[in-house]
Amino acid sequence: MATPTMERATPLAEPAPRISRERPAGGFELWSWLFMRLSGIVLLFLAVGHVLIMHVMDEGIDRVDFGFVAARWASPFWRTWDWAMLTLALVHGINGLRVIAQDYVRRPGARFAVNASFAILGFVLFVLGTVVVFTFDPSRWGAA
Amino acid sequence: MATDVGDVLETSDRRRAGASGKVTLTLRIRRYNPELRGEESWWDEFTIQADPNDRLLDALHEVKWHHDGTLALRRSCAHGICGSDAVMVNGRNRLACKVLVRDIAPKATVEPIRGLPVLKDLIVDMEPFFEGYRSVLPYLINDEGEPDRERLQSPEERQRYDDTTKCILCACCTTSCPIFWGDEGYVGPAAIVQAHRFIFDSRDRGARERLQILADKTGVFRCRTTFNCTDACPRGIEVTKAIQEVKREILLDRF
Repeated sequence: MATPTMERATPLAEPAPRISRERPAGGFELWSWLFMRLSGIVLLFLAVGHVLIMHVMDEGIDRVDFGFVAARWASPFWRTWDWAMLTLALVHGINGLRVIAQDYVRRPGARFAVNASFAILGFVLFVLGTVVVFTFDPSRWGAA
Repeated sequence: MATDVGDVLETSDRRRAGASGKVTLTLRIRRYNPELRGEESWWDEFTIQADPNDRLLDALHEVKWHHDGTLALRRSCAHGICGSDAVMVNGRNRLACKVLVRDIAPKATVEPIRGLPVLKDLIVDMEPFFEGYRSVLPYLINDEGEPDRERLQSPEERQRYDDTTKCILCACCTTSCPIFWGDEGYVGPAAIVQAHRFIFDSRDRGARERLQILADKTGVFRCRTTFNCTDACPRGIEVTKAIQEVKREILLDRF
């Protein structure tokens, strides 16, 4: 008796060639989702590193004063670190609020108002933080 | 030490006979009847005697047939396949026919599933749920012409979407989802499971169309991976995993 086999009258089609008339799916929400994941991973290192350096190592927060910040920000590396953390945390956080508002703020007008206020808040904080990070100059404050 | 065969049989006989081993079960049921009592829901308590190996559905029948005939509930096959008797038991969505009395005695709270309009007692309007289901094109799409025999696929190709073929559309997952509670515009976990079943089917050619529907703002990216759906599924489908696989497919489809 022959072993039963799966005979094919026509060979199986090649694995579905995903060529189609339509454009690939996924616009803003796809990139927003991807950004949240990637920025989350980066922030894990930036924010945890920040907490360890500023609040845990050596004497922790007690040693942080004007001189400490001035010395730290003399290096472009730490300015870049802090600015990257500021930018990613703001966009990540504001986008998170937008996503929550999408679930629970139902009226289109109210949703627009809520999202607009989140965006304005984020933008103001971003500008303030960016100005400080890029223009901070200890000599202008009459300190060493 | 091996158990004596006689003991095993006797225990089994006693279990089958049932009569002696009844337990007391108090059911706290959320009632709603706009025709008689207006828009406010209320709680009723029924205390019954039930075999510990009976199901919650049997207990609800006991209430309806012998205590209060006005109790309204939906059920059909009573064996976990038709998906009609989804209710919230002690805060979790379950099929009444798959919960045993011994697991909920002496007291259990039974409510209609959430996020859908309640019609009466435990019966909800399923239309918003089925609207989401229909929106993902839950049928085979293939415009390559009539084959001269079945469309074959390998066991591996079949395995790819095996988990999501188990769905019985009972709505346990969708009505346990906090995103669906907040916004019934979200297609919900069940619709995504049904889309997954065809997106990853090698015989289907409609994947791109479904991915476009699910990439919309009412689609998969609303999911916050709460895992309520996976916990609720009476068929043991890894619902959250299926949703994540669809998200990933939307991303990979770009490259």
